[in-house]
This record gives sequence, structure tokens and C-alpha cells, in this order.
Amino acid sequence: MDDLIGEFITETSESLAVLDLELVKLEQNPNDQGILGNIFRLVHTIKGTCGFLGLPRLESVAHAGENVLGKIRDGEIIVTPDAISIVLEAIDRIKELISYLSDNGSEPEGEDGDLKKRLNAFADSNGASGAGVASAAPAASADPAPEEMMAPGEPKAEAPFTPDVMDELERAFASASSTIEGGMDFSRAPDTFMVAEQEPEPAAPVVAPISVPAAKPAISDQAKEKAIKQGLDTDAKEGAGGGANQSIRVNIDVLENLMQMVGELVLTRNQLLQVVRHRDDRELKAPLQQLSQITSELQDSVMKTRMQPIGNAWSKFPRLIRDLSNELAKKIELKMIGESTELDRQLLEMIKDPLTHMVRNSCDHGLEQPADRVAAGKPATGTVTLSAFHEGGHIIIEITDDGRGLNIDRIKQKIVEKNLATESEIEQMSDDQLMQYIFKAGFSTAEKVTSVSGRGVGMDVVRTNIEKIGGTVSLTSKMGKGSTFHIKIPLTLAIVSVLLVECSGQKFAIPQINVVELVRTGADSEYKVENINNASVLRLRDTLMPLIRLRDILQLPEQEAASADPAKPTDSYVVIVRIGSTDFGLVIDKVFDTEEIVVKPVSRLLGEFDVYSGNTILGDGSVIMILDPNGLAKSLGGRDSGAATTDASAAAKAEKLTNFLVFRAGEGAPKAVPLELVSRLEVIDAKTVEHSGHEAVVQYRGDLMRLNVLPETTIPTEGEFDVVVFTYDGRTIGLVVEEIVDIIEAPLAIKLSTTEEYYLGSLVIAGKTTDVVDVGYLLKGLVDDFSHQAPLAPAAKGTKLLVVEDSMFFLKLIVPFLEHAGYQVTSATSGTKALDIIAATPTTFDVVITDIEMPEIDGFELTSRLRTDSRYTNTPIFAFTSTVSEAFKERGTKAGMTGLILKTDREALAVAIAGALQKIEEMA
Amino acid sequence: MAGALTTLGADNIPIAAGVVTQQFVTMRLGSQLFGISVMAVRDVMRRQQIAAVPLAPAVIAGSLNLRGRIVTAIDMRVRLGLPTYPVPEKVMKVVVEYQHELFALMVDAVGDVLALPMSRFEKVPSNMDANWRSVAAGVFKLEKELLVILDVASVIDQLTREVA
Repeated sequence: MDDLIGEFITETSESLAVLDLELVKLEQNPNDQGILGNIFRLVHTIKGTCGFLGLPRLESVAHAGENVLGKIRDGEIIVTPDAISIVLEAIDRIKELISYLSDNGSEPEGEDGDLKKRLNAFADSNGASGAGVASAAPAASADPAPEEMMAPGEPKAEAPFTPDVMDELERAFASASSTIEGGMDFSRAPDTFMVAEQEPEPAAPVVAPISVPAAKPAISDQAKEKAIKQGLDTDAKEGAGGGANQSIRVNIDVLENLMQMVGELVLTRNQLLQVVRHRDDRELKAPLQQLSQITSELQDSVMKTRMQPIGNAWSKFPRLIRDLSNELAKKIELKMIGESTELDRQLLEMIKDPLTHMVRNSCDHGLEQPADRVAAGKPATGTVTLSAFHEGGHIIIEITDDGRGLNIDRIKQKIVEKNLATESEIEQMSDDQLMQYIFKAGFSTAEKVTSVSGRGVGMDVVRTNIEKIGGTVSLTSKMGKGSTFHIKIPLTLAIVSVLLVECSGQKFAIPQINVVELVRTGADSEYKVENINNASVLRLRDTLMPLIRLRDILQLPEQEAASADPAKPTDSYVVIVRIGSTDFGLVIDKVFDTEEIVVKPVSRLLGEFDVYSGNTILGDGSVIMILDPNGLAKSLGGRDSGAATTDASAAAKAEKLTNFLVFRAGEGAPKAVPLELVSRLEVIDAKTVEHSGHEAVVQYRGDLMRLNVLPETTIPTEGEFDVVVFTYDGRTIGLVVEEIVDIIEAPLAIKLSTTEEYYLGSLVIAGKTTDVVDVGYLLKGLVDDFSHQAPLAPAAKGTKLLVVEDSMFFLKLIVPFLEHAGYQVTSATSGTKALDIIAATPTTFDVVITDIEMPEIDGFELTSRLRTDSRYTNTPIFAFTSTVSEAFKERGTKAGMTGLILKTDREALAVAIAGALQKIEEMA
Repeated sequence: MAGALTTLGADNIPIAAGVVTQQFVTMRLGSQLFGISVMAVRDVMRRQQIAAVPLAPAVIAGSLNLRGRIVTAIDMRVRLGLPTYPVPEKVMKVVVEYQHELFALMVDAVGDVLALPMSRFEKVPSNMDANWRSVAAGVFKLEKELLVILDVASVIDQLTREVA
């Protein structure tokens, strides 16, 4: 293609982008002469150049557009949405023509007669003709020349004289009396009024040739000339480029080449540094240091050439919002903050589409209709805010709307509908976790599929595209208030911080942005890799982290040094990797340091392996692969419900995973009990079973252990059978089972059943619905039987207890026990709910019993807060917890707790409560 | 650059107008001598370490570093179904560039550069071993043996399709 045409296309494309922006700005500031002048000049230039280059179609469309703009500049047409719309149409047509020209080297065949006709009709009628109406005027020829005059139609005298009409009249008078010199081609016959030829629009003001004294002084010729001259002057000023913003055009290939060479320079510099490190060459070190410094600076400078302000990606949005407002009949305002924030040119390209999609989404699904907004007490105009800022090596982009927010209930519905999770699992999830589901493929809670944002299935594509460039995207929302998308992307693709690790003697790199933590596991480390049913997990504080062995994924050979005995694992390291909202651990042999490396794409021959996102050359010259956490996570499969965390909050909201002992007892579903409660598993010989009354007992460790059975199970009369032994309150009870199946982890999300006595409810464990045995019920019988001298004086009948415990299971365990003892028990399933209850009720509780590990507010926090409440300064508050450590005891005392009691020791709890109450009685 | 190779495709050898002879770098794989146009060869490496890429098929031996650029090494013996290299330390790597990427073809040895008249360039004989036929652009009948001209673009394209 002609160089000249090529340059023309580049320049014109830029101008068209500016025109989009400027026209929208003009619509919002109709009287800004500066903007208008700029617009006119740009269109004028396009027209002129097209003529010069022999591009007739382009020239004539530009000419028609310039026509309308000229009238606006003259004051004969006022800036209305219609005027802007029709000019934008011309701009769009020019864009199409340029695009075709760029692809094919010449203009497309065809005519723009219809568009030009409308443009000219609009211009000629001074904006009176509706912009969207196709001209039916027979007088207009197929190729209207701009100077064509239209014959005046019949004036309609009945039109009332509205202010619009007055303005029109005034303009008509003004133009009638002027003759402008200087080659402007919007001359008209001085004493005829131009009226629309076509069917008059009911809204269009009709001008009658009746002389009316002008309400305001007519714009004088001189004033007009002055205005035009001003426009020209500003043009001149802009053209001069007075030293402020000097720039030159550089071919992209030249820059890419430069970047490539600087990249190699950096690598060679690294190599040199490595070599010198092992030598002690004084003479070499100094100049090398200098070289290194200069190389770094050069690298920084060249990187800067790649940086562009994010405003460039946002430049299309004002126009987009304007169009969407019209399409959706909503009032939408766009705010942009931080447009000058810079990022890599390549990244800019890649986020344009995702950003557009999210903005469309916000406008379409987020913002409500003006009427609904007003009804909800919001301003009729919805606001979409784009903001960007730097934060530690990344650029953060947020798209906020003040619309209706995400409807959590609808999301829950959809999740169940699409079988992405079960109802019980959903109950356990926080709102934030639920919201992340909108990023799953095929998920759309949109009521209707609109043409604006399509099926809403784009969100998963958005996330994929953003993650491809090493970024993350998440969503926060408040129903009724609005939603915000948070995007975080690295400042540049080319140079990335990575963690170097080794596995089977080979080195690999993991992007630092995905690395959360490093854990050393091994014989003498407090962290151990546990194997549950062939799946490796790591117990990390309060989560169970699923593990992937890099060796397995990459099918690498075992290290010779490693012991072959899996029961005695040697030291290894686990890198806790985070992608999106999933965390997992990657098991490797060694960890090195973090380095900045230049990312090079993998060979096309290796492109299909999704575990690799690139490769690089290290300082020692070796080539290593860069791992892609997304690809690694694929081998987790359906495990991602395991260690899900939310992006937004710093504190990890761990899902409680519990180990269950699963067994068979009777027909029907498998049964389970939480492993924590199990003391041991025994095999009992039927012969040793004795019967006392109607009970079966067996001698067990010097004591008598009663044997329980679940309904539909019988105690075998011969042979051996399995017994699950529970020790509680110092007593033991055995549950006879038919077969121990396995120990399986699952989140503690029980679907409660209130009808079954022996069972708490059911739970999905490893895909199967399993009945959870109510151990408390089993043991209740025990308590009755042994007619316990409970030091529980149900003294003050009606002593009120507040029990705060987030596990339904444990609630079910202790509440009946306490109620049985005569207390009036109120339960709360979280610290916040407890505080709500306390605030809401006038009566105070006599004793508060709380779990420690709960989401949102833990037991310590709850206690501290309660202590600040005057009603609860001296109330006995006990922590009822599964761990009692020195650290916990300290924190408990600090928070103001009265005592800490182990969950497995209900008796201790009873004693403590009674004791505390007695003390209070004594004090009273 | 890339142009030099692409014209070594199916039937064309780059021939500028009026060129009568073309120079070829010769190399050996097993008992067969083959050649690549001198204009298409970027470099010849000998002792470079190849870093294996886990999960990659055997025909891709791994990656190398050539002056800061990553080169993908192709095991030509695997490609041609030949037994493994007799002397691994002596394996030579002939570096070519194809569509902006560098590839190193691993061969037993590199021989002389021969200048050959294009008039003697012939189509691939129909009785040639199928393996070789799939990678050959044509042949030259030399005094003592047949010189197979390698169709590098075809080799790489085929590999790309296989891996995908």
C-alpha cells in the first residue's frame, strides 16, 4: 500500500477517535467554541486530505458532515442530541470506509447517498429535520451538491411561537442579513426561509415567514466574524505546538527491536555479573558496575516507551456510554479518575475488550431505569466510575456502578440450577464467595438477554483474558447500592518477578504475583504433609490445603536422594499458590530466590501445554520454563471447593473442613461421625458381649462399655465386629457398625433433619449423601442411665444462657445438654448475630458460652466487645473450644474471659457454669 | 530472513534471477547426507547444553540459549525414526529461523558447503525411504551419493500440527 495512504489512515484513525470524544464533550458543553472549533478543523482536514488523495466517497461524506458542523459553528444550528447523533453517523461511516481502505487498499464500491441526503437536509433545515428521518424530498437529487437550495414549502401559520421558534427566527434573520467572505461554503439565498420538504415532524418547530420583533439582538456580522476568527486562531495555536508537548512518530517495529535488544543486553549483563561474582578482578568490577547501572537505566527508559496512559483504553467509553444511554433509555454519567495512569502498551490492548464488556454489563444489568432509581431514592442519573491507580508494581482498575448490585438470592438459585454446588454447600459460603460464581462459564443471572451485553457469558472470558496477562479480577457488590469490579494487572508483561524453584534437579519459575506463601515440610518441621485416601493435603493453620506434586504433573523422575518410603518423607517445600479465589500447594524439592526475568513466549511446538506460560534465560545462561498456575490448578479438578478464599479481604476466610469417619450400619446411606469425637476403633468378639437387662455391654479396659446400635442394625451373635468407641464425660460408649469405610474430609455443612433421633442430618461426603450420627443423642441415654449426680442445681430456673457457636453440629451437642440441666438457652451462630441478639433484647443473659474460632468475629473479639457493654462487664463468659493452649488462655484472659473449657468435656462446662453462677449468688 | 526459508518449501528453492549455482551446507544423519541452503542457516552449535522440557514429545529435545534467544531443539533422529545418536557429545545443532522463531536441528555431523548447479536439482525419487521423503524438498545426485535437500518449513509445520 501507498506509504502516503498508510500514513493517512493512521492519522485519520486517530482523528476519528478524538472526534468521538470531542463530539460527546460538545453535547455536554454545547456552547464551548473551543471544542467545536477543534471538531470542525478535524473534519475539515479529513475532507481536504481525502480530496487530495483521490478518495471521493470519503471526501463527500466528510464534506456533508462538515456542512452540518459549519452550520453549528455559524450558530444556525444549535447543538442538540440529534445534531450530535447525525454528525456521529457521518463519523461512523468514515470509520467504515477507512477500515475498508486499510484492508483493501481502495475505497469500497457504493454510494452514501442516503446519509449525505440526511446530513444535508439537516444542515439546510437548520436542524429542523429529525436526524433519523430518510429524506423523501423528490427535489433532492441522488448526489446532492452542498450548495443546492431547497424550495420553500408552504408555511404553516398555526405553529405557536415557542422560545425554540424564536431562536430559529432569530437565526434565520441573522443568516439572512449576512454575507460571509472567506470561502465558507454555507451561503444561502438571503431572503428565503428554508423549511423541511418532508412530512413535518410533530415536534419540529415550523417557521413562518412572519416578521416578529426579535427578543434578543441579532448576532451582528462583526460578532460572527470575530467568533470564526477566534476559531481559526485557536487552530493556529494548536498547530504551532508551543514546546509543551513535543512528540514524534516512531514505527512500532523499531521500538520492538529496541526492546528486544535491550532485553538481551540485560541478560548478557546478568551473565557478566555472575561470572565476575566468582572472580576477584578489581579492575573488572568497577567498570562492570558502571555498565550494570547504565543498563538498568536504559532498560527503565526503554520500558517507558512502552508505557501509555490508560486513558487511551478509556477513550472510547464516553461515546459508548452515550450510545448505551440512548439504546437503554437510561441516564448514565461516566466518571473517569486516573486516566493518566500508565501501563504497557501491549497490556492496554489486551484489557480494552474486557473493560468494554464490564462497562456494558454495568450499564445494562447494573444500572436501573431512571424511574426505578428515583423510586429507590437514588438520583435518576446512574453513574459509572472508572478509576485506575498504581499499587506496588501493579495497576489497579476499578469499574463501579451505583446500580442495583448483585442479587445474592438469584445467584444462589442459579448456582443450584446449574449444579455448580449443592444447597448445603451454599449455606456455608459467604456472600463474597457466592459472588465469584458470576465468573463461571454459562452463568448469567440477567433476566433478559439483551443485545447490549449479550448473554452475560462473557464474564468467564473476561476473567480468562485478564488472567492470561497475569492479572486478577474480582467483584464486590451491595444489593441496592451497586457493584465494583476490581482488576489488578502487572505493570508490564515483558519483565516479571518470579520465584525460582527446583524439582528433580530441574529449575522452574513461578510468577511471584501468584505466590502467597512458602512452607517447609518434613520430619522436623511443624508442617506435615498428610495423606488422606491417596490425596495429599497440608494442614496450614486453619485450612486444609490441597497439594499438587510438581513431579507428578511434569512426570519427572524421582530424586535418587529421596527415601523410597512414603511414610518417612524427606524435607520438601510447598509453595502456596493463589489463582483467582483458589489456593493450593505445589510440592517441590528446593526453593531459590525471587528474580526479575524477561518472559519469552514458548515455542509454537510447545504451545499446547497449559502448564507453561513462557520460558526465560537466567543469569547463568540456562533456559527454564515458567509455570502457569492456571494450568497447574487444572489437575485439582473438582477440589476447588476445598480451600477457596476471597480476594478482597486480607484475612483468609477458611472453610471448615472436617474429617469424617464413614461407615456402614444397616441398609441405606452410609453413616458418618466427625473423627474428632472418635476415641478409637475396636474389633470386638461376639462371644465377649454380655447382656445386662436389655442392654448389651462388653468388658472394656477395666470398665463396662455399653454397646449401642443404630436403628436397623443388630449386634452380631458370632464372629467379630467393628465398634466405634466414643469417650465422653469420662465414660465410654461403643457404636456397633458393619463396616468401616474410610476417613474422608468434607466441609461441615449438614442438612439438618429434625425428625430422626439418632441422626443430626445428612451431608454430602465424597459425592454421596451420608447420614451423620448424632453422638450427643447416643450419649444422652448414657447420662440418664448413670443418673449422674450433676452439680447442676437447676437453682435459678430460667437462668439464661447465650451460646455462640458457628457449628450446627456442636450446637446440637451442647444445647440439649444444657436445656436438660434446666437452663434457658438461646443460641447464636456467629459473633455478629450474638451481638445483634444482645442489642435487640432488653433482658441480659446470665452466662455466655462462646466458641473461639468463628468467622467475622472470633470468641476473643466477642468477649472484648461484650465487656464494654455495661450489662456484661461481670457476666461469666466461657470459651468452649476444641483447642486449649497457653496462647489461647492468655488471649482469653486479656479479652476478659472467665474461663476456657474443652469441647469434649461437657461436664467441666456444667461445673464451670454452676460454679460461676454460685459465685454470683454469693456476691449478690 | 523468513523469506529465505519459506521458499525452500514444496517445490521452490530460492533462486534469484540469473543464479546458476546455489550453496548448501551439508550434514549427516546416519548414512544419509542432506543439505540446507546456506542462506537459511543461522548458526551451527556444538557443545551447547540442551535443557529438556518436561512433557514435551521425544522429537523435541529441549531448549537452548543462542546469544540471548531461545532455540527449540529438534531431534532429527527421532523425527526420521532412526536409532539414537551414536555419540551424544558430538551432536551438532544447525540453527534455522522459521517465522520469527529459532530451531536447532540435531545432526550427527556437519560437512562441507557445496556449491551446486540448480540445473541438476531433481524431484524426490519415488523409491526414496518414506521417512526421508516426508522431509525432502528435492535431491542432487552427487558423485558418490544422493544429497537430500531438507524442506525445513515442512518439517516444522508438520511438527506443529502433531503437537497441537
